[in-house]
Amino acid sequence: MKVGVVTFPGTLDDRDAARAVDAAGATSVALWHKEADLKGVDAVILPGGFSYGDYLRCGAISRFAPVMEKIIDAANGGMPVLGICNGFQVLCEAHLLPGALTRNHELHFLCHDQRLVIENTSTAWTSSFTKGQEVVIPLKNGEGSFQCDDPTLAMLESEGRIIARYVGENPNGSRNLIAGITNERGNVVGLMPHPEHAINPLTGPTADGLGFFTSVLKAMVK
Amino acid sequence: MAKIVVDVMLKPEILDPQGSAVSAALPRLGFTFAKSVRQGKRFEIEVDGQPSPAQLAEVEKAAEKLLANPVIETFVVRVEN
Repeated sequence: MKVGVVTFPGTLDDRDAARAVDAAGATSVALWHKEADLKGVDAVILPGGFSYGDYLRCGAISRFAPVMEKIIDAANGGMPVLGICNGFQVLCEAHLLPGALTRNHELHFLCHDQRLVIENTSTAWTSSFTKGQEVVIPLKNGEGSFQCDDPTLAMLESEGRIIARYVGENPNGSRNLIAGITNERGNVVGLMPHPEHAINPLTGPTADGLGFFTSVLKAMVK
Repeated sequence: MAKIVVDVMLKPEILDPQGSAVSAALPRLGFTFAKSVRQGKRFEIEVDGQPSPAQLAEVEKAAEKLLANPVIETFVVRVEN
């Protein structure tokens, strides 16, 4: 099972994402933003960071990178794609997910361990969890406030497409405490906090994040 | 030489924390005129000669695709001489 991890100029978390993939039992494959080649991978992760310096809007320029054309086609064909933090922003800019991520409501860059509740366990990236399970993984972003119009919010709620919500105080002003969402099909997931930094208690707050990466293995075996 | 200007603003219903921060800073400096402040972006695009309607239509397309995110922003294209 091969999982591609994309590196854009300014990506930060590609190494940790690759490490998480390998720890889950799959093989990570480095994908370069300039190459329109998915190298035969079965799934793709868009990791966190500041691709293209967050110029214009976060993810706005990365969304047109050569590798993204292939990823958009593959995602529309059902391939599992996970966007973490900046990757979530790229998926929204690419219109693979609805809504947009805007500046945190208090304007501060956040970096702390965050409690989440997993609400949808039927996606390619969340099947290792149980519905209602609480996890703690790092949250670190400046533009993590999930925004969308009222009809989109109502649709996400009624279709169960909110995969994870923040527990406790709203850290960044996201509507309805949204930390992550999925597309209609359940193969594309965007998540603002960072599961790849929480795969081993030695180097992270917990090992709770590993479940996202083991989930996709199960999805690919099916 | 003409300049095509594209003004991009967050939609009114989208929270604008930067505008709010500016709005809160003004009275601290003694400026009491502002009821509210919204912050946006301005793009200045230089072109040779007077832009044709076709060129302006292209700029509209580019604004829709790249300069603005229609999910959260609105934009206005105009010519400045």
